[in-house]
Amino acid sequence: MPIFALKMLFGDSARFYGMLLGLAFSTLLISQQASIFVGLMSRTFGFVTDTPQPDLWIVDPAQRFLDDNKPLRSTAVQRVRSIEGIEWAVPLFKGLLVVNLPDGKRQMSQVVGIDDASLIAGPPFMLEGSLTDLRKPDAIIVDEKATRREFKMNNPPEGGEPRSLRVGDTLELNDRRAEVVGICKATQTFQSQPVIYTTYSRATEYAPMERRMVTMVLAGVAPGVDEVQLIKTIAERTGLSAFNGEDFADKTVGYWMRETGIPINFGTAIVLGFFVGVAVAGQMFYNFVLDNLKYFGAMKAMGASRKTLLGMVFLQALTIAILGFGLGIGMTSAFGLTVPGERLAFRMTWHIPLIAAASVTVICTASAALGMWRVLRLDPADVFKG
Amino acid sequence: MTLGNNQEIAVHASGVEKVYISGDTNVVALRGADLEVRCGEVVILAGPSGCGKTSFISIIAGLLARDGGKLEVMGEDPQALSTEARTAWRLRTVGFVFQQFNLIPTLSIAENAAIPLILQGMDRRSACVKAKELLDQVGLNGRDRSSPIQLSGGQQQRVAIARAMVNSPKIIVCDEPTSALDGATGLRVMELIAQVGRMPGRAVIVVSHDDRIYHLADRIIHMDDGRIDRIETTASLRNAHV
Ligand SMILES: Nc1ncnc2c1ncn2[C@@H]1O[C@H](COP(=O)(O)OP(=O)(O)OP(=O)(O)O)[C@@H](O)[C@H]1O
Ligand SMILES: [Mg+2]
Repeated sequence: MPIFALKMLFGDSARFYGMLLGLAFSTLLISQQASIFVGLMSRTFGFVTDTPQPDLWIVDPAQRFLDDNKPLRSTAVQRVRSIEGIEWAVPLFKGLLVVNLPDGKRQMSQVVGIDDASLIAGPPFMLEGSLTDLRKPDAIIVDEKATRREFKMNNPPEGGEPRSLRVGDTLELNDRRAEVVGICKATQTFQSQPVIYTTYSRATEYAPMERRMVTMVLAGVAPGVDEVQLIKTIAERTGLSAFNGEDFADKTVGYWMRETGIPINFGTAIVLGFFVGVAVAGQMFYNFVLDNLKYFGAMKAMGASRKTLLGMVFLQALTIAILGFGLGIGMTSAFGLTVPGERLAFRMTWHIPLIAAASVTVICTASAALGMWRVLRLDPADVFKG
Repeated sequence: MTLGNNQEIAVHASGVEKVYISGDTNVVALRGADLEVRCGEVVILAGPSGCGKTSFISIIAGLLARDGGKLEVMGEDPQALSTEARTAWRLRTVGFVFQQFNLIPTLSIAENAAIPLILQGMDRRSACVKAKELLDQVGLNGRDRSSPIQLSGGQQQRVAIARAMVNSPKIIVCDEPTSALDGATGLRVMELIAQVGRMPGRAVIVVSHDDRIYHLADRIIHMDDGRIDRIETTASLRNAHV
């Protein structure tokens, strides 16, 4: 009977495609929205993921998330270094500065100043030039996306067609000369300003003079030292808060989740996707079973066991669930692959197909269970009733 | 009614009662119905609407529980069996022809006719081959790949007859098999039922109040108000018509 069950399903083509599209669309909505949500959320701590070297990120206790800069006194680095169990500690500058382009355009940019000596916290991938080129005078490294977009040279100094910014070009940061020595690839930030890397000392020269210049201290923990204890010690001795990378990322995501409407927006879309599935596919499947009830009834009279009949409904539900889910996840993946990452945050972690699969399972199980219940309750004597 | 020869008894029912309880009211559908059908016999169960024909045939076919009386069908009381055993018994013993045909439109007619064999565990291919033979017998040669919806009502009922016979059940029950068909078609369908049903070792019970087909049966059992009212043999029927 399995083949007959499938023929009944595929044979009712209008309804079959309706259910298929309903489930696929539901899967698409759920997984696509969830992927964009995860993508957006992981942009909020992209810099942390891009920077694997430090064991500890040490910030002002009032800082709520990664970009919530509460600069520290420059003595903070020394004080952290002096704590036993700290292997190394370097300053990091992170701030928004105005960049002047040769054609007079001005662009707010995220400037990252990394420790001059160690160059810790540099960009994750260099596309052109090398990190050590930062030691040249006025050197900066620019993110590749920005070279094509915000920093596009509309009137190149040598004349000719507009082109991307490239190594050797010069910009002005707060009216000071800066020369592009490398092109890197950095994770897109949440606010999506261009990212510029330079050394800590040069960044502080570019930035308007302030008393507090150290955005945060990055530190390495000596081998064998208890991290939890060390974090406590740092708090006692310096009054600063220290986090490992994972906790710092969590803290940042937690802030965005709590303090913004983003989770509600995406949550609504995801719940909507679920109900589209229930309303369209679940409902259609139940109607499909109802329409076939007289045939199930006739088969029951003829001597089909409950097991056979329930098996048929189950197989029909399972088939439509797998096909609908597969099509939906396929559409989501195609979407993720075609839409450029710099335009849209899209990140399908392994949880997301599982969540979508669970939703499809719930929808199909519920409607199949209702259908099966109707089949079980069928009175075979009813087949003789008109 | 006497058993004039040594033919096997297919159905023996005595004093069968059926009461439907719907809400506060009890509807007595059968109040002591007696019936004996021999193998090789084709009988028609006739009577006015509501007299209990469908209830009686459903009880005989093991679809409905009775509330009193005795019943043996092919030597077994279906009500004495467990639900699962009764389902399996129906599959082996009873063939069904319904008023509304109940053919699955998305299966070919051969597949429809093969269902009882597949339910009995035969593989689909062999079952369809066997079903095709039966379709040939009921006059549908070469149509086995058609969908039921491509056939006329009479042809669909022929498929249903093939389906009812495909696993050679001992008893075939038909409830109003001709009432969805026009007169001439109904007559031909009933002729087919009488022809394929009247076989040694098999009994056919047809519920019908279509008196144009009565002459095709061996006996007409007239029911009234939940009881057997009178029994006509075809011979007496012919005499009456002459
Ligand atoms: N499920 C039920 N619940 C309540 N009453 C029922 C039920 N089925 C049948 N009846 C009643 O039992 C009586 C006999 O019904 P049955 O269907 O056996 O008659 P019938 O002779 O087949 O009638 P028809 O020629 O109209 O098909 C009728 O009065 C009917 O209303
Ligand atoms: Mg009836």
